[in-house]
Amino acid sequence: MNNINIKKITSAGLFLPILSLILVLIINVIKTPNFFYITVQNGVLYGYIIDVINRASELVILAVGMTLVVASSGGTDISVGAVCALAGAVACFILAGGQVSTDIYRAPYIIAFLAAILVGLLCGSFNAFLVAKMNIQPMVATLILFTAGRGMAQLVTNGQITYIRVDSFKMLGNSIKGIPLPTPVFVAIAVVAVTFVILKKTALGLYIETVGINNKAARLVGLNPVLIQFIAYAFCGLLAGLSGMLVSSRVYSADANNAGLNIELDAILAVALGGNSLGGGRFSLLGSVIGAYTIQALTTTLYAMSVSADQLPVYKAIVVVIIVSLQSKELQRIIRDIRHSKKKVEIAYEK
Amino acid sequence: MRNKIKNIENKTFLLYMTVVLFIVMYVIGIVMFHDKGFQKPQVFLNLFISNAGLIVIATSMTMVIISGGIDISVGSFVALTCMMLAYMMEKGKMSAISSIVIVMVMGLVFGLVQGVLIAYLNIQPFIVTLAGMFFARGMTAIISQEMISIKNEAFLSWANNKITIPIFGIVNKKGATIYPYIYPTVIVAMVILVLMFVLLRYTKFGRSIYAVGGNEQSALLLGLNVKKIKLQVYILNGILCSIGGFLFCLNTCAGFVEQAKGFEMEAIAGSVIGGTLLTGGVGNVFGSLFGVLIKGTIEAFVSFQGTLSSWWTKIIIAVILAFFIILQSILAMSKRGQK
Repeated sequence: MNNINIKKITSAGLFLPILSLILVLIINVIKTPNFFYITVQNGVLYGYIIDVINRASELVILAVGMTLVVASSGGTDISVGAVCALAGAVACFILAGGQVSTDIYRAPYIIAFLAAILVGLLCGSFNAFLVAKMNIQPMVATLILFTAGRGMAQLVTNGQITYIRVDSFKMLGNSIKGIPLPTPVFVAIAVVAVTFVILKKTALGLYIETVGINNKAARLVGLNPVLIQFIAYAFCGLLAGLSGMLVSSRVYSADANNAGLNIELDAILAVALGGNSLGGGRFSLLGSVIGAYTIQALTTTLYAMSVSADQLPVYKAIVVVIIVSLQSKELQRIIRDIRHSKKKVEIAYEK
Repeated sequence: MRNKIKNIENKTFLLYMTVVLFIVMYVIGIVMFHDKGFQKPQVFLNLFISNAGLIVIATSMTMVIISGGIDISVGSFVALTCMMLAYMMEKGKMSAISSIVIVMVMGLVFGLVQGVLIAYLNIQPFIVTLAGMFFARGMTAIISQEMISIKNEAFLSWANNKITIPIFGIVNKKGATIYPYIYPTVIVAMVILVLMFVLLRYTKFGRSIYAVGGNEQSALLLGLNVKKIKLQVYILNGILCSIGGFLFCLNTCAGFVEQAKGFEMEAIAGSVIGGTLLTGGVGNVFGSLFGVLIKGTIEAFVSFQGTLSSWWTKIIIAVILAFFIILQSILAMSKRGQK
C-alpha cells in the first residue's frame, strides 16, 4: 500500500521540479540562514529570496517560449540569448539616437519598446520559417542566429556599450516608486498568465502537443503543423525580444557581448527540469516556470559559493546531462533489465 | 534506376556548386583587391595556414553529420584544448609532447562520454553536445580566467617552422626572389583530410557510417551494430577535435576563455556548404575543405577591405549557411515530390 503511494507521488508531473526546488532551497537555508529573511528599505522589499524571484524573471519568460518550442517540434531554440542582445541593442540604439550615451530620450520610449518586440518576432519568424516550412533541424536553424545575432547586435551598437541614463528607462528592469516588488516579477507573472489563458481557453495547447507527438498524424486529423510550429517559434522569439528589453533596462544599457549570455542553456534546463520531455509532445508550463525559479536559485547559490559567471555553465551542463539521462527510456530499460536479472538470480538461488 | 541517377546528381550538384562558388569568390577577390596583392600565391596558402585546425575539425564534423549526428561542442572544446596545452606547458612545466598526448587522451574521454550518452542512452546529440559545449567552455574558465601565452621552446619551434615551396617565386622590389611558404600545421591537416577520405570511402567502418546515417533501421536490419558505430564515431571525433585544437593552438600560441567562439558554426557551415546533408548519409570531406576555404576567403575579403569590422565574417557565414541549408531542404523536398 505504502509502496503504491510513493510511486503515485513520484510519477506525478510536477514531482521532479518541486523536489529539485525544495532541494536547492534547503541547501540555501543551510548555507545562508537568513535566506528567507526579508527587509524593507525605502518601501522596497530586500532579501535573498526576493533577489532570486526578481533575477529569474527573464528566465521564466524565456522558459515559457522554450516550452512551446520544445513541445511543438522536439527541438530547442538556442538563439534566444543572442536575440535578447539584439533586441536590447536595437531598443537602446533608437532611444540614444545612435549615440553611445544619452541623458534624454531621442525617440519615444514606446517606439523603442515595440521595435525590440518586433526584432524578437522577426528573429523568431526567421527560425520558424527554417524549422516549420523548410523542415530543418531546429538546432541547426537556430544556430545561425545564435552566432550571427550577437554580431548583428555589435553592428547596431557599433561595438560599444550604449547607455541610457534616464530614470523611466530603468523602471522596467528595476522597480517603480511605491511598489514594493521589482517590476520584472510582474512582467514574468503577466507573461505566464497570458500564455496560460491562451493555451487553456483555446485549443492551441492541445494542438501543440498533438504536433509534437506526431507531426504526420496531426496533419491527417486536419491540423496545420507548419502553422502551429510557426506560432511556437515566432512566440518564443517575441518573448526573447521582451526579455531583451528587461535585461537592458536592468543595467540601463545595451551590451551586445554579455546581455542574455548563456541564458539559452538555462532556458533549456528549466524546461527539462520542469519534467518536460525534450523529445516534444506533452508539456507543463507550470513545471517549466518552477524549473526556471529553481535554476535561478541554483545560480544564486553558486554565486554565493564564489563561482564566477564563466565557470557556472560547468555545473549546469552536468545537471542537464543528469536530468536527460534520467528521462532517457534506454536507461530505464537497462535498469529494469538489471533488476530482472537480479530477481532471476534470486529465484534460481532459492530453488 | 532513374531515381538513383537523380540521387547521385543531387549529391554532386551541391559539391560542384561549392567549388564553383569558391572559384568565383576568389576571382572576384583578385579583381577587387588586385592592387593589394590578392593574386599572390601566398594569400591562397594563407587560407590553409590560418584554417588548418578548422579543416581537421570540419572533416571530423562531416563524419559526425554523415552518421546522422551533430557536435556543437567543438568550439568550446578547441578553447579547452588550447587552455590545457598552455596550462600544462607554462604552469605545469611539462614537455610539449606529453602535453599533446594528454590532450588527445582528454579528447578521447570527452568523445567517449558524449558517445555513450548519444548512442547507448539515445539522448539527442544536440542536447548532449550543447551540454558539452557549456561544460568545456566553463572548464576552460575554471583552469584559468587569465590568458596564458605559450613560451615553450619546442612548441614555438613547431609553430614557427616555415616550409618554403620552391615554385611560384615572386621577385620583390629589391630583386630577391621570395617563395611562398606553409607551416607544418597545413601538412598535418592535409594528411588527416586524406586519411579521413580513405577511411570514409574504402573501409568497412567508413561505409557503415554512411549506412547508419542514411537509414538507421535498415542498417540495424543489415546486422550492423549501430550503437557501437555511433560510439566509435564520437570517440574518433573527440580525438580529431583535440588534434584540431592543437593545430589551432599552434596558430595562436595561447589559451584564453573566449577563444574559438562560434567555431562550431564555422565547422558545421564548412561541412554543409561542402555538400554534407544534415539528415545524414551523404557527404564528402573534400567538399568540407572547400567549405572551409570559402569561409577563409570571406575572412580575407574582410581583412583586405580594411574598414569592415570582423563581425561581418560571422554574419556573412551565417547568411551563406542559411542559403545552403534552405537549398538542401528544397532539393530534399523536390526529391520527395518525384517519388
